[in-house]
Amino acid sequence: MEKIICKKCGKNISEEDFIGNLKVCVHCGFHDMLSAHERIKITADPGSFTELAKDMHSVDFLKFQDLKPYSERIEEAIQKSGINEAVVAGEAAIKGIMASICVMDFNFMGGSMGSVVGEKIKITADNSIEKNLPLLIFCASGGARMQEGIISLMQMAKTVSCIKRLKQEGLAYFCIITHPTTGGVSASFATVADIIITEPGALFCFAGPRVVEQTIKKEVPADFGLAERNLKNGLVDMIVKRHDMRDVLGKLLFMFTNKNLNP
Amino acid sequence: MEVEKIKNLHKSFLKDTLKSVFKIEKLKRITGFSGVHFNDAEKKLAEKIENYRKVEREAIKSWRIVELSRDEKRPHTPDYINGIFDDFISFSGDRQGYDDKSIITGLGILDGSTVAVIGHNKGSGIKERIEYNFGSSMPQGYRKAARIMDIAQRFGFCLVTFIDTPGAYPALEAEDSGQAGAIARSIYEMFSLDVPTITVLIGEGGSGGALALAIGNFIMMLENSTYSVISPEGCASILWRDSSAAKLASRALKLTSRDLLKLGVIDKIIYEPMGGAQNNPGRMIKIVKSYLKNIIKKYSNLKDFDFKTHRAQKYESIGITAGSVQQKL
Ligand SMILES: [Zn+2]
Repeated sequence: MEKIICKKCGKNISEEDFIGNLKVCVHCGFHDMLSAHERIKITADPGSFTELAKDMHSVDFLKFQDLKPYSERIEEAIQKSGINEAVVAGEAAIKGIMASICVMDFNFMGGSMGSVVGEKIKITADNSIEKNLPLLIFCASGGARMQEGIISLMQMAKTVSCIKRLKQEGLAYFCIITHPTTGGVSASFATVADIIITEPGALFCFAGPRVVEQTIKKEVPADFGLAERNLKNGLVDMIVKRHDMRDVLGKLLFMFTNKNLNP
Repeated sequence: MEVEKIKNLHKSFLKDTLKSVFKIEKLKRITGFSGVHFNDAEKKLAEKIENYRKVEREAIKSWRIVELSRDEKRPHTPDYINGIFDDFISFSGDRQGYDDKSIITGLGILDGSTVAVIGHNKGSGIKERIEYNFGSSMPQGYRKAARIMDIAQRFGFCLVTFIDTPGAYPALEAEDSGQAGAIARSIYEMFSLDVPTITVLIGEGGSGGALALAIGNFIMMLENSTYSVISPEGCASILWRDSSAAKLASRALKLTSRDLLKLGVIDKIIYEPMGGAQNNPGRMIKIVKSYLKNIIKKYSNLKDFDFKTHRAQKYESIGITAGSVQQKL
């Protein structure tokens, strides 16, 4: 049987136990990354997910080349992740309540936000507005995608603008932070949610620990940017374990869409 | 192959170039191999080297602009404010326990109208520069800026922002007090304003820290200023894994005013006095003043214009849009 080594505690876990435990370490509780489709599978009601803008592909606006051309990196990412971009968008039911949903996938170029991620978030927000649905976004991202230069920076503005329109329509937006979420995604649509939920141990910050250490020339505390410290600092609403996430989201969705008291 | 031809070529190009060189050397050793194929291979190699040389020449040009944008002698936000507005009065503090001096906020008069002003402040002289984190803001700075945005909204003042920052301050205290959320909230607030917003990029437009104050109906960029998702040094160390590639990164990122106008991210380039703004700050400030006067006058006359929707549509159409993708398919 295949053995998995926990990235945090280094202990062995059988693949069966690891998958059965939703990729949470049975020894230390470390929440390992999930692909977008794995996340949808454990979150949405079975068979309820329909995908939006599945075939949307990146455009190499800048003809960007570092050690490799951007176009090559995109092809590699598609091969590696099995999806076309760093976010999977669509709608699904959770505990019987329909919602628009975006799930970022760190396997696709570190979940970086380029113009496709920006546009898919716009399409999903517009879908929410059109159908009067709440919006959920699961974040996992290293930040803006450098290979799209200024166009990727502008996606921060673009996504915030879409979320603002959605909120003005009286629709709820929850953001679920998964490990790791940093940079341009943290500083745009992730932090303007009505409710911010984080998985235990997830890194959620603007500048990553190494960048901060280089700037202040000091080591940062071991819990820098982690869920527990963020909760203490008032930057997130709650820490929810992966096993409980579907329940908590179901309850929140019910309460936010329950219009009994509204005139 | 003469070594001369590949001398000083950046090391990130060498691997690829040497591969071609070895291929040709190998071909040479095949007896009877000559003529058209060999000439082709040599020609291709020469083209490759020439192309790399061209990339390097362009990189030197964009790097020169990076250096100019950071030149300490360039006029900074306080110089523009003093030279452009009458009776400028600055305000302090986020009302939550802190005053971030890396951002100036206040009100001034231009052409008889009250204008709300926000700008990054890098400070002058080493003491001020350290005190102002070299223009890198704390979350509290963006919260201070939000106060003047609210005042502009309620009193109908046009908002002008001056952008000049290496980026938001990457420090432990900044993260602990919500740097990411402060930037996002600032962008959100700028999208909420019904009044016109005008942004002038005067030096460094560093990443999220710049964008937080740069959501403009009209965006002007000084010729030798920059605007980028990441510093060329940061980009080089991540993507090239080599900080010596910063010049190449500065070219690849397309961060100059000419690049950004072509990409449709800015609306206007303001050309600088010969050699750069640092050579004639007084004249530079006068030029910016005249552009600002014109655009504010134009916007004041647009009585029923929906500036808020204009901003939303402008930013939401940057990059890929569903319409354009359908066309492609
Ligand atoms: Zn473990």
